[in-house]
Amino acid sequence: MPTTQPAMIELAAVSKWYTPQFQVLKDCTTSVSKGEVVVVCGPSGSGKSTLIKCVNALEPFQAGTIRVDGVNLSDPGTNLPKLRSRIGMVFQHFELFPHLRITENLCLAQEKVLGRSRDEAMTKGMALLERVGLKDHALKYPGQLSGGQQQRVAIARALAMDPIAMLFDEPTSALDPEMITEVLDVMVELAREGMTMMVVTHEMGFARKVAHRVIFMDHGEIIEDRAKDEFFSSPRSDRAQLFLSKILSH
Amino acid sequence: MNYNWNWGIFWEMNPEGSGTYLTLLLMGLRWTLATAALAAIIALTFGAIVGVIRTLPARWAVLAGDAWVEFFRNIPLLVQLFLWYFVVPELLPKAAGLWLKTLPNSSFWTGAIGIGLFMSSRVAEQVKAGIRSLPRGQAMAGTALGLTTAQTYRYVILPMAFRIILPPLTSELLNTVKNTSVALTIGLMELTARTRAMQEYSFQVFEAFTAATLIYLALNASLTFLMRRLEKAVAVPGYVAGK
Ligand SMILES: Nc1ncnc2c1ncn2[C@@H]1O[C@H](COP(=O)(O)OP(=O)(O)O)[C@@H](O)[C@H]1O
Ligand SMILES: [Mg+2]
Repeated sequence: MPTTQPAMIELAAVSKWYTPQFQVLKDCTTSVSKGEVVVVCGPSGSGKSTLIKCVNALEPFQAGTIRVDGVNLSDPGTNLPKLRSRIGMVFQHFELFPHLRITENLCLAQEKVLGRSRDEAMTKGMALLERVGLKDHALKYPGQLSGGQQQRVAIARALAMDPIAMLFDEPTSALDPEMITEVLDVMVELAREGMTMMVVTHEMGFARKVAHRVIFMDHGEIIEDRAKDEFFSSPRSDRAQLFLSKILSH
Repeated sequence: MNYNWNWGIFWEMNPEGSGTYLTLLLMGLRWTLATAALAAIIALTFGAIVGVIRTLPARWAVLAGDAWVEFFRNIPLLVQLFLWYFVVPELLPKAAGLWLKTLPNSSFWTGAIGIGLFMSSRVAEQVKAGIRSLPRGQAMAGTALGLTTAQTYRYVILPMAFRIILPPLTSELLNTVKNTSVALTIGLMELTARTRAMQEYSFQVFEAFTAATLIYLALNASLTFLMRRLEKAVAVPGYVAGK
């Protein structure tokens, strides 16, 4: 079971304020073990994106500690670019670089951050493109691909860095319904291979299929943090029940 | 109006002994081109740096960038050229001031640098607007991949920002060319200055200024054409702005 593994991502009493009056994260504590898949859900504006961005230091936080693979993000000695390069991140709006071909999108950080040669980077990139079923599109530009294809490239781009964990922020919310499956399929495969994943999503089908745990957030607080089966069979809080009834009703 | 038209004037010798009147104008055009080219390079270099600085998270950097833009944008170009040419050398230590005043082609250097700095404030505005027009997620994606801030600007932000601002940059380039004529006030013998010289030597004011008008028009039309070609050459396949 993943829970016997050491923690890959550890959050302890993390609080964040955007302004002195507005606390977006309140005392958030949780952890993700190696090989574990954790789904984060909750109403819009509850702080899910902010939480996940804190994990690879894309957003600063004012209190608490976050450790990734044992490294404390707030430690002044921590090399943040290096740490971020080891954590893959997938965004709602893909964020491929529009002026670069798919191959160049895949190679850029491998070369500039990891110092790989163009050949090494290309070999890696092409293997991952094949894996997400897009080898034939290697020389295209992002704008020439559908949303689902772009998101699969974005996943491949993150995987090209050999990440120790992957963060997803609503990876399918910007997609037309017919493209959601192709992206979820890639994610399911990744989960089954043992990738450590923290996934913000409302796709409860995905959660049921591969998640080990589900975190429910509301108003910046972690309200529930439970094993998947427990969460779906008997959510404790009224807020989680209400939320589930809303998103499962359609 | 009693005016003796003489379109053949361009092939007559000018009294400076430098050849025909046409040669006189073309010598002016050379200074116009040289001044515009150096000013454009300065404007683009400083405009890019200051524009980027104004989008950084550091507050002091933004303030410094804003100050640069406000200084060079709010003082008339003519006054700025006078400042650099007549006032600054007096404020410097005696030796340095003397060196500046006796520098060969000092009106060219002062004109090109002055116009370049003036235009850099406008380029900085465009660069900042271009960067701001990109989705915030782009920089975040670069950062998340482990790129440093400098790398993110270099490989992710600026290539797109510059593509987006190419059309307004074209206007600024044309403005740079036109503004070189202001440098005649500090003694630069560029196209407009030579045109006035021709008028004074020959009294053929209409021919002289018709020629100058056509030369400026042709120059800026060519630049516009080249910039359009550049826009096409760097256009990103499949990219729809604002998507
Ligand atoms: N950069 C920001 N500055 C100020 N407030 C923000 C910023 N980003 C997000 N917020 C606010 O923080 C809250 C949580 O946002 P977010 O983490 O995006 O929620 P979620 O992803 O759960 O929808 C929202 O109320 C949002 O408006
Ligand atoms: Mg969100």
